[in-house]
Amino acid sequence: MIQVENIYKKFGKNEVLKGVNLEINEGGIYAVLGPNGSGKTTLIKSVLGMVVPNKGNISVSGKSINKNWKYRQEINYLPQIANFPGNLKVKELIRMIKDLRQMPSDENQLIEQFHLEPFLDKKLSTLSGGTKQKVNIVLAFMFNCPLLILDEPTTGLDPASLISLKKLIQHAKGNKKTILITSHIMQFVAEVADEIVYLLEGKIYFKGSIKELKTMTNQADLEHAIAAIATTPTDA
Amino acid sequence: MLKILKYSFYDLIRSRWSYVYFLFYLLLGFVLLFLNNDVSKAVITLMNVIIVLVPLIGTIFGIMYYYNSKEFTELLLAQPIKRSSIFLGQYLGVAGSLTMSLVLGLGIPFVLYGLFKSDAIFDFTLLLVTGAFLTMIFTALSFNIALSNENKIKGFGYAVLLWLFLAVIYDGLFLMSLIIFKEYPLDSFSLAATMFNPIDLSRTLILLKLDISALLGYTGAVFKQFFGTNQGLIISILMLILWTILPIWRLIYKSKKKDF
Repeated sequence: MIQVENIYKKFGKNEVLKGVNLEINEGGIYAVLGPNGSGKTTLIKSVLGMVVPNKGNISVSGKSINKNWKYRQEINYLPQIANFPGNLKVKELIRMIKDLRQMPSDENQLIEQFHLEPFLDKKLSTLSGGTKQKVNIVLAFMFNCPLLILDEPTTGLDPASLISLKKLIQHAKGNKKTILITSHIMQFVAEVADEIVYLLEGKIYFKGSIKELKTMTNQADLEHAIAAIATTPTDA
Repeated sequence: MLKILKYSFYDLIRSRWSYVYFLFYLLLGFVLLFLNNDVSKAVITLMNVIIVLVPLIGTIFGIMYYYNSKEFTELLLAQPIKRSSIFLGQYLGVAGSLTMSLVLGLGIPFVLYGLFKSDAIFDFTLLLVTGAFLTMIFTALSFNIALSNENKIKGFGYAVLLWLFLAVIYDGLFLMSLIIFKEYPLDSFSLAATMFNPIDLSRTLILLKLDISALLGYTGAVFKQFFGTNQGLIISILMLILWTILPIWRLIYKSKKKDF
């Protein structure tokens, strides 16, 4: 599904990605983890083509993404910080994205699931952080695409919505979709993820299942395993 | 691209400032026609206003729109849309709505006054065309500045400085250099200096068309002597087109390499 080959990215003097190699196969949920500033978002944005790497190549579904934009038709992206044009209404935003993508969508069911009906006629600038995140989720899940990229999807969600989100993710997995998630909530990761990709200082430090991670670090739960990972020597 | 253009255009049409800008021109047109009672004279007065004001508004609107629509841009970047379409669409949305305010705001009073029966119709059309060019040029320049500066305050500062330089300081420097080097032949220098400033270029263009030698000034006279009226018109229009295309080209080029 996604091949990342030897990606380097520098922002000014700050080297964020230093030779990342990653292969994501079709189907399944991959959690990209790592401490703050380890380059998770930069990696995701490189796959989306929002960040242009200094070196290296990325291909999605076998095609290089360099000078290509059509591959984004296969991707749904949930950005980390829900920044929307504030003067639009929720309804208008959804209609606009539908108009831009020209794909069949099922937003009504999602709107119902996240109880967004009362907010449809409100402007996005007046919404609370959690509600914005729900709109964000609706936009990311309303199209049927084989690749889902979720950057911190749990931010600001209440427990009921969190359950809905987990259901959505599991449902997407059931439909053989590939899902890339970053999160700092280990409980959430442990519940949904099939595989862990651990980024540290701009490199892939570990890639494998949660079970492998636990045995490698000799820890009983994921949170401690992740915290211990950087101090454990690995050959990954 | 057309979709982005549509959304940017509607977004701006709905904003209060487009109306303020439109109403300002409407009022200016009516007042000038009442005071002058003559279309030709009103055109000359308008020229002086347009040549300074249009670049200022183009610069400020362009830079404000770019920074304000950052979220919109980020949202679009993750969608299957070409980068150049996003930025070109937004640019054309801003430049288009500003041009529309200008053309409608000035057009309505002049048409009501009987522009079509007057001889000044070509002069007036040229004035509007120049205004449109200046809008396109300065909006493109401000988009370029915004694209290269993440910091809003810096970007805004540079944009205003650019306007100040081209609208005011450039002429001062130009005049001073004419005085200092008056012993030397300055024809080609002043021709080149005019070409490098879209505001001076527009002024020369309109004055050449109006054919008022008293207002032509030194550069205008050199222009006329060098090219003749018609050739001068064509060359200055070509230069204006070049002034429009170059910043748009840089806008597309830079936008492809930027990280978001």
